[in-house]
Amino acid sequence: MPERVLALLLLAACCAAGAADADLDAHVLRLAAQLRCVVCQNQTLADSQADLAVDLRRQIGEQLRAGASDAAVKDWLVRRYGDFVLYEPPLQPRTWLLWFGPAILLVAVVAVLVRNRRQQA
Amino acid sequence: MMRRLLPLALFLALAVALAAGLSHDPRALPSALVGQAAPAFELPVLDGAGRRLAANELRGQVWLFNVWASWCAPCQAEHPVVADLARRARVPVYGLNYKDQPAAAREWLRRLGNPYAATLLDPQGRTGIDWGVYGVPETFVVDGRGIVRLRLAGPLTPEIVEQKLLPLLLQLRQEGGHA
Repeated sequence: MPERVLALLLLAACCAAGAADADLDAHVLRLAAQLRCVVCQNQTLADSQADLAVDLRRQIGEQLRAGASDAAVKDWLVRRYGDFVLYEPPLQPRTWLLWFGPAILLVAVVAVLVRNRRQQA
Repeated sequence: MMRRLLPLALFLALAVALAAGLSHDPRALPSALVGQAAPAFELPVLDGAGRRLAANELRGQVWLFNVWASWCAPCQAEHPVVADLARRARVPVYGLNYKDQPAAAREWLRRLGNPYAATLLDPQGRTGIDWGVYGVPETFVVDGRGIVRLRLAGPLTPEIVEQKLLPLLLQLRQEGGHA
């Protein structure tokens, strides 16, 4: 009887560990999907089977397990590979045109159209 | 008059912007490391009888860091260039043997010649990741204060050595007298 209890306890412990691993894997993939693989540059770090991508996913996993936040992991990658690894570029003076350019263009086009229509009317 | 010329001016501006976009290589990665302190490492030396070498032991001199592996064909192609550079530039070149087997690395150096002051072993590629390496070969220039001054991804060629490396090494020598 004690053996049975022990076996059940062991089984439960294994399942819990397995679930934690699955959670961690899902977390790694969710984060890696926002990052660019620097080897095959049109793939995310989550999709890529390049050696480096596999290594990076493993290191991301280790960092998350050690309690690092998503932002800390991204920072760690940016320090190594630059902003290039982020699919969503950071908001900086250098990227203002990228972020606000389309909206400015839209406003300008609407302004021109409105003015033309007024002149015709 | 102004109204007529406006579309033409817009067209020309767009054409110039697009042409400029075509002329740069979208796969060339800007290096995050240039101007930053060289990432620390402490790695075993190939055939060093258990000796380990740390990055901060290299302070006070200009040195080159050349990332290579025996399984990498472009590394073999650049090897004579690295050897020639090590001879001519009078700066130590340290090799980072990236994700390789020591036996294979040893055989490769025996066959092709060994221009390195020391070869450091990085079998898991962790130091490579710390240096932002995304493909072998890559070469870094580190100055006497331990700052990375240049990073070259891909194999070295005689042209790169003449046009980029030797002028930079000369400049560093004049800058600090560290070399």
